[in-house]
Amino acid sequence: MASNKKYWKSEAELNPNDSIVETLKQNEFVEEIPVDDFLGDRENLSATTTNRRDFLKYVGFSTAAASLAACQGPVRKSIPYVVQPENIIPGVANYYATTIANGFDFASILIKTREGRPIKVENNTEAKVGGSANARVQASVLSLYDSTRLQGPLANGEPVEWDALDAGVRAKLGSLKGSGKQIALLTQTYASPSTSRLVAEFKEMYGDVNHVTYDAISEDAALTAFENRYGERALADYDFSKADLIISFGADFLADWQGGGYDSGYSKGRIPKNGKMSRHIQFEANMSITGANADKRVPLTPMQQKVALAKLYAKLNGTSVGGEIGGAEQALDAAVAQIKNNTGNAVVVTGIDDVNAQSVVLAINEMLGSKAFDSKSPKYSRQGNTKAVNALISDMNAGKVGALIMDGVNPMYTLPNATDFASGIEKVDLSVVFSTNWNETTEVTQYTAAANHFLESWGDAHIKKGHYSLMQPTIKELFDTRQFQTALLGWMGRDISYYDYIKETWGTFVLNGNDWNKVLHDGVFVASYNMTGDPENALGQEDKETSDATTTEESASDSSVLPIASAVRSLVNATSGGGMELTLYSKIGMGDGQQANNPWLQEFPDPITRVSWDNYITVSKADAEQLGLVNEHVANGGMDGSYVKLTADGVSIDGVPVIVQPGQANGSVGLSFGYGRKVGMKSEMQTGVNAYSLYQNFNAVQSVTIEKSSEMHEFACVQLHKTLMGRGDIIKETTLEIFNTKDHAEWNVVPVVSLNHQEVPATTVDLWDSFDRSIGHHFNMSIDLNACTGCGACVIACHAENNVPVVGKQEVRLSRDMHWLRIDRYYSSEDTFEEDNTKKEEFDGLSGEKGSLGGFGELEHPATNPQVAFQPVMCQHCNHAPCETVCPVAATSHGRQGQNQMAYNRCVGTRYCANNCPYKVRRFNWFLYNNNDEFDYYMNNDLGKMVLNPDVNVRSRGVIEKCSLCIQKTQKTILDAKREGRPIKDGEFQTACSSACSNGAIVFGDVNDEESKVAELAESNRMYHLLEHVGTKPNVFYHVKVRNTNEA
Amino acid sequence: MKKVPYRNRISKVLGVSLIIFLLFSISLYSQEEAVAENAEVAAEEGTADASAGDPAKGKSLFNQNCAACHALNRKMTGPALANVESKLAEEEGLDKEWLYAWIKNSPGMIKSGDAYSVKIYNEYNQAAMTAFPTLSDQDIDDILAYTAAPPPEAAPAVAGTADDSGSAKSSGISNEILLGALAVVFGLLVLMLFLVNSTLRRIAEANGVVLEKERAEKRIPIWKAFAQNQFLVLVTAIFLLLGSAYFAYGWMMQVGVDQGYAPIQPIHYSHKIHAGDNKIECKYCHSSARVSKHSGIPSLNVCMNCHKSIYEYKGNPEGPTKEDLANGYTNDFYTGEIKKLYKAVGWDEENQRYTGESQPIEWVRIHNLPDFAYFNHSQHVSVAGIECQTCHGPVEEMEIMYQYSPLTMGWCVECHRDTNVKVEGNEYYTKIHAELSKKYGVDQLTAAQMGGLECGKCHY
Repeated sequence: MASNKKYWKSEAELNPNDSIVETLKQNEFVEEIPVDDFLGDRENLSATTTNRRDFLKYVGFSTAAASLAACQGPVRKSIPYVVQPENIIPGVANYYATTIANGFDFASILIKTREGRPIKVENNTEAKVGGSANARVQASVLSLYDSTRLQGPLANGEPVEWDALDAGVRAKLGSLKGSGKQIALLTQTYASPSTSRLVAEFKEMYGDVNHVTYDAISEDAALTAFENRYGERALADYDFSKADLIISFGADFLADWQGGGYDSGYSKGRIPKNGKMSRHIQFEANMSITGANADKRVPLTPMQQKVALAKLYAKLNGTSVGGEIGGAEQALDAAVAQIKNNTGNAVVVTGIDDVNAQSVVLAINEMLGSKAFDSKSPKYSRQGNTKAVNALISDMNAGKVGALIMDGVNPMYTLPNATDFASGIEKVDLSVVFSTNWNETTEVTQYTAAANHFLESWGDAHIKKGHYSLMQPTIKELFDTRQFQTALLGWMGRDISYYDYIKETWGTFVLNGNDWNKVLHDGVFVASYNMTGDPENALGQEDKETSDATTTEESASDSSVLPIASAVRSLVNATSGGGMELTLYSKIGMGDGQQANNPWLQEFPDPITRVSWDNYITVSKADAEQLGLVNEHVANGGMDGSYVKLTADGVSIDGVPVIVQPGQANGSVGLSFGYGRKVGMKSEMQTGVNAYSLYQNFNAVQSVTIEKSSEMHEFACVQLHKTLMGRGDIIKETTLEIFNTKDHAEWNVVPVVSLNHQEVPATTVDLWDSFDRSIGHHFNMSIDLNACTGCGACVIACHAENNVPVVGKQEVRLSRDMHWLRIDRYYSSEDTFEEDNTKKEEFDGLSGEKGSLGGFGELEHPATNPQVAFQPVMCQHCNHAPCETVCPVAATSHGRQGQNQMAYNRCVGTRYCANNCPYKVRRFNWFLYNNNDEFDYYMNNDLGKMVLNPDVNVRSRGVIEKCSLCIQKTQKTILDAKREGRPIKDGEFQTACSSACSNGAIVFGDVNDEESKVAELAESNRMYHLLEHVGTKPNVFYHVKVRNTNEA
Repeated sequence: MKKVPYRNRISKVLGVSLIIFLLFSISLYSQEEAVAENAEVAAEEGTADASAGDPAKGKSLFNQNCAACHALNRKMTGPALANVESKLAEEEGLDKEWLYAWIKNSPGMIKSGDAYSVKIYNEYNQAAMTAFPTLSDQDIDDILAYTAAPPPEAAPAVAGTADDSGSAKSSGISNEILLGALAVVFGLLVLMLFLVNSTLRRIAEANGVVLEKERAEKRIPIWKAFAQNQFLVLVTAIFLLLGSAYFAYGWMMQVGVDQGYAPIQPIHYSHKIHAGDNKIECKYCHSSARVSKHSGIPSLNVCMNCHKSIYEYKGNPEGPTKEDLANGYTNDFYTGEIKKLYKAVGWDEENQRYTGESQPIEWVRIHNLPDFAYFNHSQHVSVAGIECQTCHGPVEEMEIMYQYSPLTMGWCVECHRDTNVKVEGNEYYTKIHAELSKKYGVDQLTAAQMGGLECGKCHY
């Protein structure tokens, strides 16, 4: 029998009201143990040493927890539709044609949806114009699922209902009618016939409406030059596939120059065919990917570029002008000689932000009769008018603006004179901004209208004259958001949906009797009728009115009738303004910065510097030495760089990290836009510095002074500044001359090894017996180093298709990046690879003049103007794979179809395979990247997870992962064919990278199918495998890079 | 001979209990079922002379033509039809001729603007009634006669209960008689053995033979002898260890294998009734199995294709079995489950329309493949033509759905090793099959020979 005695441990327990005792009854400890504090703090954790006993405790606990968890499976729910939409079958992907037109990127694309979720962007191969998605467009699908998106409209930062916002705006607009104050619309470039019509109607309704189009990165000079010459505010189009000779003065046309989209045409001309390929000469300051692809690259400061352009014009006309451009004169002479050989096949482009330069280029191309130059059907992908923007800001400050409605712009971030804008907006009675995210501009406006992502919107785009494209929603609005046009229709009291409005516009002005449904299905429409008297005149009117209103007087005296001769003269007299010449540019990964919150793009390494999560100032080696700026590699393998303070025209930014960039023109520096955003951003995404503050007068070239600051910046660079050191066998390279005249054994050298004391080609020696691979499919991938521009669309496509995790800056710095597909960038130390090779072969002894000790060190340093080669590298799927033989648990094995397969559930994480891989393509999951708030990118929240591809495993901690040759895609193709009972045609097999590559650099297919393109490419004499002497027999092969160095 | 009495005791108990059981069960079989249809037939006959029509014939015609949209006492897509003739005559003053015309060509009447036609058309959501020009006046009379018959509600219920006790037994009779006979024989044998034994004992005692009890006691106890024999101990230990390892392995291997998993679902959905009794093709509901990796749980609109008109469970013709009743699976129970569906899909039975207030059903997933295994239904169902039952078992007999197969990798692999690829009429396989079968020297390739055992085929 139990006694009723009460036992107690302390006096406090006797007090019935003691809260501590109460707590202790429920919990072992009074306060919560600060587990998060010590486990979450990375620095402290690495500093403290967990002792053995603790470690054993962790192990014991986790083992027990794991075995407990394994005994009982979770109850999983399965929730079917109540009413299943007819065209959705769970497990089967649907594709919709749509268009991205965010003011910076314009492209016709396909969206892959699964169970109604957009998960992947594909190229729309039907589109003749803008049918290729670049890295940013590929990544845009993730921005849809951004967890920081606005979920409903706000008034002064507080959530409101749309009704309240509508009522407020409508009342204000009504009261402004006839008040003498203007209603200003400040928007991105739409290039949208329907929006133009809608804005025109809005103007008609409210009278004094001022529509100002604003591009964050302005192409105003090119637009003005084109307008002056051809009477239409547009951009000339170029088809580089038709050019034999491309001369570019600072035009980064393989990236975002004048709206971009030129790379596929360029690549077509770069593949040597019948002994011919185009020749590309680039005069530029920053090392751009365009310059990196050029056959001849001449580093010139922007000022020198202007002079060089003037000289080119003069030389073509047989006259001469003054000015000094140093050694570039020779290159220019050679170029002129080549142009004169065949004028129609040459084309000249420039990226100089100067109306004179742009006018001269238009004149030259017209004079040459360039086939690649197209002024008849120009592009509309940039419409911004900087004068109108400046006029608007001064109007705002003068109190002349009654209402300001903004869409697709973030002026508080992108304007160099953002403070003027901020003071102006305070004097505006009504300000509304349509934005998907909380940002710098939403902070200062009264109403924030939560806007749709483009994948939730209807729309249209007129990218190039006669080439129309439709935008359709691929998912219902995730949040309580509205697109600008819908709201505008509502404010105008129109009882019509924007969809119907577009349909009406197209039916009246565009379709000309063609079937709407078919066009909507295809996503694109090419107007085949005569373009004179076309709807554009009616539709484009409102834009023209604004530009006319604000620019007529100035431009009349400024440049419109300016003869080319005086333009040339002013180019020659260009002065640099004393300091270093800064060229502001946009990075392929970040563009103008609207997707700065996109972790895929943040982690995307820059093609040239291979730095992710940062922008930085690029400085030439000579200047760096002079200023005492350094890049150094630290013990943990990372790279550090000095900080500098940049000052331009009184504005300065401090703490700009430095990258010493080989190939940077002496006296010039470069800095990219798109970084340095702070407001509304996750802390991890707040990277870099805001270059827009230096973008005075919307001129990308600024004169700056540089001061070194203290401390060093930690970069997350995935490939350090190393060169090929003459090891030409990873990248094989030759010149067109040798390619045409010599046998391939000479320029595509197969390494030899010693077998039975005889030298035999390495490809003939085998350590293993070969399987019979002649039956069934055998997948091969071909990568043409000539066609690859290094644009990186494939990297993001791979990211999206294969659920590759984002690891963050810290981890990238520790070389733990997870990209399955990387694009290596190699410099060759000398001007050509041959010189590198010769130098290496002439090494004699250890030290001394030709000693390898000093020589190799020298080779490691890229020259002032190195040659660059890009090489996409993914798992090579070796038929004799070194990784497979060392796996102790047979987690990686070979498939009959050629893939090196990876069974994640079998992997125990020894990493032997990664160590034994000669190509270093295997990635190890150091952490659980999904469901982990330490990696707050997208895989840790429900919204971000919606982008995951349900056909591909999400890997867990402790396993190796790598490229699978998109086996989920090949398996699907095979299954579809089986179900339909038919053989597979060539071109059906695709990987994410091959279908993303619009340049034709990556070709994938079944090499056992003799008809296939990849089988033909495998037989080419340019074909080689990476590191053939290792004997791995890869299923991925490359094509020798050929450079057209013909000077005459 | 210590143990003998003990064994006897067991067999005695067994025998006696069997006999008792047998007696009891036989006593029940004296009843014979004969009540079944009486009530219903009587009910129909009672009203047969009310009109010119034949209600029996009318019933079959009604079920063929009308039952999809009409019930007797209940609004469905169309109005309730019990006593429709008299009702129309009383309430609207419409005669039989109107009904003939309406049934034969209702759209025509609506078009012609007949007042009541238009009214009824609008009342039922403007769902036009199919015209039945093929029905003769006599047929319509028959149907009307059937509708005029008093609803035979009470009778079937009585019949049902009478029914089930009979039918449940009828199948059991032969088996249990056999078992009983066996038990009797066995009991007799035991008795004989016991008698022989005691007789022998008595004889032995009488002859003075001393049973070898004492000698046995002098021996070393068997466990001691065992303990002293080190070899035996070793061997036993090894066997014990091996045995326990075997069982431990067996136990470990079933961790995470949920064979037989039969969770309680939010709606008691009986595959037995749907796929078994009503023989609904699996892929009618699980249609995406043909084209997708998922077999797909049917969306509720698929359920409503049939359940719009099937609003109650009428039971299988033989009535619920005893087992069903024991589990509570009465007709009312099933009807209640159908109401759950209506609630989920937002179907207003009264007014025969959707309210729009729907609530998706959260089924508990039974077949859970791990995320790292890729499985595609269409590959197996459409390409290979495998019956659903091969993996899912006799679904048509499952009152409660359960996981039939272990769904382990070994199970997959075994099947891939044994199953031939179905290549007939599939041009995809023509070339590869010809080449591969030549290489392996076989007529028919198995899935494994086709590459179905490669890791990457399921793990990516």
